[in-house]
This record gives sequence, structure tokens and C-alpha cells, in this order.
Amino acid sequence: MPRRLLRDRQIVADEWRYASEAAGDALAPLIVTVDAWRAERDRWIARGSRLGLAIAPAHKVESIAQDLQFFELVAAEFPGPADGRGYTQGRLLRERFDYKGELRATGYVHRDQLFFLARCGFNSFELSDADIEDAHAALLTFSAAYQPSNDMGLSFKLRREMPASA
Amino acid sequence: MYRYDLTDKTLVNERVAQFRDQTRRFLAGDLSEDEFRHLRLRNGLYIQRHAPMLRVSIPYGLLSSTQLRALAQIARRYDRGYGHFTTRQNIQYNWPKLEAVPDILAELAEVEMHAIQTSGNCIRNITSDHLAGITPNELADPRPWCEIIRQWATFHPEFSYLPRKFKIAVTGAPQDRAASLVHDVGVHIVRGPEGDLGFEILAGGGLGRTPIIGQVVREFLPRQHLLSYLEAVLRVYNTEGRRDNLTKARIKILVRSLGLEEFKRRVEAEWELLRDGGPSIDDAQVARMLGSFNPPAYRTLADSKPDAGKSTAFRAWYRYNTAPHKVAGYRAVYVSLKKPGVAPGDATDTQMELLADLADRYSFGEIRVTHTQNLLLADVEQESTHELWQILEKAGLATPNIGTLTDIICCPGLDFCSLANAGSIDVARLINERFDDYDYLYDLGELEVKMSGCMNACGHHHVGHIGILGVDKSGEEWYQITIGGAAGADASLGMVIGPSVPKSEVPETIARLLEVYVEQRQPEERFLDTVRRLGVKPFKERVYAAPVAA
Repeated sequence: MPRRLLRDRQIVADEWRYASEAAGDALAPLIVTVDAWRAERDRWIARGSRLGLAIAPAHKVESIAQDLQFFELVAAEFPGPADGRGYTQGRLLRERFDYKGELRATGYVHRDQLFFLARCGFNSFELSDADIEDAHAALLTFSAAYQPSNDMGLSFKLRREMPASA
Repeated sequence: MYRYDLTDKTLVNERVAQFRDQTRRFLAGDLSEDEFRHLRLRNGLYIQRHAPMLRVSIPYGLLSSTQLRALAQIARRYDRGYGHFTTRQNIQYNWPKLEAVPDILAELAEVEMHAIQTSGNCIRNITSDHLAGITPNELADPRPWCEIIRQWATFHPEFSYLPRKFKIAVTGAPQDRAASLVHDVGVHIVRGPEGDLGFEILAGGGLGRTPIIGQVVREFLPRQHLLSYLEAVLRVYNTEGRRDNLTKARIKILVRSLGLEEFKRRVEAEWELLRDGGPSIDDAQVARMLGSFNPPAYRTLADSKPDAGKSTAFRAWYRYNTAPHKVAGYRAVYVSLKKPGVAPGDATDTQMELLADLADRYSFGEIRVTHTQNLLLADVEQESTHELWQILEKAGLATPNIGTLTDIICCPGLDFCSLANAGSIDVARLINERFDDYDYLYDLGELEVKMSGCMNACGHHHVGHIGILGVDKSGEEWYQITIGGAAGADASLGMVIGPSVPKSEVPETIARLLEVYVEQRQPEERFLDTVRRLGVKPFKERVYAAPVAA
């Protein structure tokens, strides 16, 4: 059964697979790790399928920026509730490197983080079945924000630069 | 003071609803202990020795009388009739029931208060000078900038899961009454080369297991760039800070391991990329925020000497428990929460209600929390101080000890905190019993005693003129004593005098340190300065020369 995702506020079946997962259709969209990409860049390009890149918290976004043109998806891993490096990765991808593709949060991703993730530019989330049904509501927890952001697919009733207009 | 607009209200109300739902899911078994821990810790809720502890945010220590009444009501309704004011100008309740916390938050929201980011690895309450806006030699009022930073930091999406907690203090006067040099970031209002106001930025200060004095990372930052620069500092920290070891995760360790120059280089490089696209503050926004902190409607008065011809008790209180005000005829009045026998920083519900009334009657309806765990009525007419003193005296709130030996900063300790090794409140009691002669206290002059029940240093012991740290020795409470620490603009870390002493010997140890001071001091020299001049040696020799009589 394919993985379910929340993407652009819709629950959808994931058409992507990770290179570590069982092989399927040879031309199915494939997510490769940074190490795999660097080791066999030409081979992945020659494959001719849509490509995604899985990045770990320690990866500097700057170091992959020049290759972003090859990817329709970037998956940032959140190894646990305490590691927030992915939030910075998300903002940098969107704001500094103008990345427009799918930005996916993986790993320890629960409904209670979705609001922050979305505001950092993530638009797809790998969630447990327990969380996925309520996740859309979680994105709407707050209808206002203090910080300007260029989150995708969300619009706030109220949003302001700092400090507030009364 | 700053009043909430629709955005502020909306956010706080939505936070209450969010936390209510999270609590419900936890109590229903849908969230594990561990999952819930990460959520409640973003909302000031700890599970402590006896019960949950809820920390409520008091931005830069400023309260309206309405807010103070609400805090009193919460103390009565949900706690055991008191609250504990902290070194970061917040208030803690030690006995709320977990199920009641959403209701408490809802009551707080009614009076424009919350517990957002009072714990957890995020940007904590922004603290400041308790004499902000009224002290005579201030360059500018830091509170508008505190509020700007507070809003920027609240639910900051990128910086809500930092390697460790992050504390910012802002000051606008040469004296540092906010301990900004031992904060993760210190922001000082300064004049730039062109004479315009901006900020000096420090980073990497902190207490805890590895105390470090903060260092200047930028000598002058034009004011419109404050938030983009902070964003650069936080981004470097979020990316580079250690996450493998909790005790090495604060920004101070990053600054030290990279070295100041390299840290600065990285922040500046990030800021160059951020400064134009990041959050900026324009003049209209600044003006609006400054307007939220306009001075109250002072009367035109002349300075007077309200203590002349009054009782010795009033004159002592006036001298120690009041401070100069920049407006003629006015005085700032400390409300001492350091009465002997009472846990330092504690206030009862009835005291809080009384103080709310007194704030309305004498001080334009506002009251402030000091980082030394006292309260302050900032704008009192000098001619009213005698009347006010009489009322405070009756309520046990006029102990004339501000800035003296018994104005002890103290963490909740073993009595409440699950981390503590030592009952710091009890040691404060012993010190009060030993040093109950006010003539002697006054003769000793300015003396800051700070006590922490464990290495986490919530009582700031590293920066006490005399610091007391609770240590556990095979299940018994012992105390390590340091001298020569200071938290102000001349901040320094205390030096350990020698082996730790048992609880019963703490008062005698302090007495011996003070003997050396009294013998060796030069005219007008503070204890701190005598220690700096002589070093630890003579103090150490006296303390350990003879065993303390049982």
C-alpha cells in the first residue's frame, strides 16, 4: 500500500519512492540521498526519471544549491523532536535558493509541528496514520503570525511585519 | 505599557485552544508522556517534585494592576495562595493541576498574558532593566525594543526547536540591572558614530555548568537591522550549535569553540545575506512602539526630602528600598520579597492584590518584577512614600534590605525543583537568622548573595558577590561558596574559596568572609571590590583556619 502524505493540504498517495525501498517501476520518481547523488550523479541523471533528494540535518543547503535544478522534491529529515535544523534548511531553500519544488518533512513529524514547518516553506509531510487525518486542522491552528514568511499554500488572515500595526 | 491588538489576542487565544487540545489528547492517551513533554515544555509546564510547575511569562517584568490581580486570583484558585517571582522576571506556580492548566491559560489570555516559550529550547522571555524609562542616566527606554523582539520571537517558525534554550536581555542604561552579560544574547542601546541610537550586541554569555561572560559581537548595529541581525545570530546557532550533548548545547559553547572572531565572521556573513530580505523595522513602526511606552501623566513637582524628620525605620527603608527617578518629585519604590522566613521571591495572593491596589493608587497602575526577585512601584510621588511605607510595612513588604546581604537571589531548590541538590530556601532562612542586625547589614553596604540549588544556576550563584551552590555529597546537602562574582556592567565570575561546607556552617562561613572584608576594606570599598583587590587567599585562610564550632 503506498505511503499516504499530506501535500498542499490534501491527503494523497505518495508516487515517490526512496532508493532504499524495494524497486518498482524503473521510471518511477526516485528519492536519492546526498551521498548517493554525489557518488553517481551521472547515473541518476541518465536514469531519466523525476528525481528527489533526501537531505540530513547536517547537510548544508549551500552545498547542494547548485544541483537543485535536477530535483523536483527535497526531503528534509527530522530525526527527533529536538532537532530543528530542518527548519533553517527549509527557509534557506525557499528564500535564498528560490527552490520551487516539493519540500517534504520526514522522520519525527507530528501534527503539532506542521504549522512551523509550513511557515518555513514545507508543503508536504510524511505523517503517521494517527496524525494524518487531523493534520489539515493543525495547519490552521494559528490564523495570525508575527513574522513575515513565504510559506506555500497557506494564507493568513492576518500577517504583519514587525512590529504590529494596531 | 504595550496593549494587545487583534493579532496578539488572536495568537494567544489560539494558543490556549491548541494547548487545551494537546492536554486533552495526552489525558486521553493519544499522546505519550514523551510526546506531550515536548509540547508542554513549550508552554512553561514542567512536571516537578510535588506537582506540575507552571511558569507564566511577564515580558520585561512589566505588569498592569489588572494583570497582577489575575495572577493573585490564579494563585488562590489553582495554587496554594502564592506565586514565586523568578530571576527572569516571570512568575511560577508550584501546585497547579495538569488538567487545570488550559483554564489557567484562558484566564491569563483574558488579561493579555500567556506562558508561551517560558520553557523549552526556544527563545525565552525577553528581560530588561526594572528601572527602564525612569532611571536618570538612561540613554533610551529599552522596553519598546523588548516588545519588538518579543513579537518577533513568539512562535518564530525557524527558531522554535533550537539546540537549547535562548535568553535575551536588553538594557538602555550604563548600569546593567538585567544581567545581560550572562545571557545568550545581550542587547545594549548605544550611540553610534553619527550620534544615532542603535545597539551593541553581545553573545555567548551564560551561567549553568559552564559560566561564561558574554562578548561583544557587534559594536554598533543601526536600529532598523535589529531583527535581521538577531535572525542571523540565531540561524548560525540553530545550524552549528551542538545537539549531541545537552550540557554543551548553549550558544556560549559554540562561541567558545569557534572562537569569537570566527563566530562573528559567520554571523556577519549570514547577516549580509539576510539584512535586506529579512525582517526590518521602519521608523513608523518604531514610533508606534515607542508610543506604547509613553511616560505616564506625571505631575509637576519639586524634589523633596520625605525622610527628613521621620522615624529611623522609615529613613532606613527610604534609603535602601527606594531609587532615584528622572522626573522631579518622584521616586521608584522597591517592594521587598525578601522578608526573613519567607522564600525569596514569593508573594501571596493577598499581597499581590494589595500591591495591585497600591499600584493604582500610587504608581499609575503598573508594577514591575526585578531580576533580583523583588517588585517595584516605579512612579511614586516622593511625598507619598511615607504613607506607602506604612501600608507595605503592615503587609510584610517593607523589609529594608534591598541591595544588602539578606536581599538574596535564590532558586526554589529542593523544596520544589526535581533537579535541585539543596534546599536553598532553607539556607536563605539560616542566613536571615544569623544576620538579623540591620546596623551590621547596612555597614556591610552593597552585597549580592546568590544561591542555586544545583549546577543549573537558576539562582545565578556564579555572579553573586557571594555565591552559594548546593552540591550533593552522598545524599547530604553541602554548599560550595564562591566570592567575587558580579552580574552588572563589570560582570565577573566568582572564585571558589575551597572545599564545600555542610548546611549548618554556611552562615558562619559567610560571617568569616565578612570579617575579613570589614578588617581589610578601604573607605567606601564594596565587598566585591575588596575581593577583587585582595584575591581569594585571605578569605580562604580565614574560613578554613579553624573548624566551625558545632
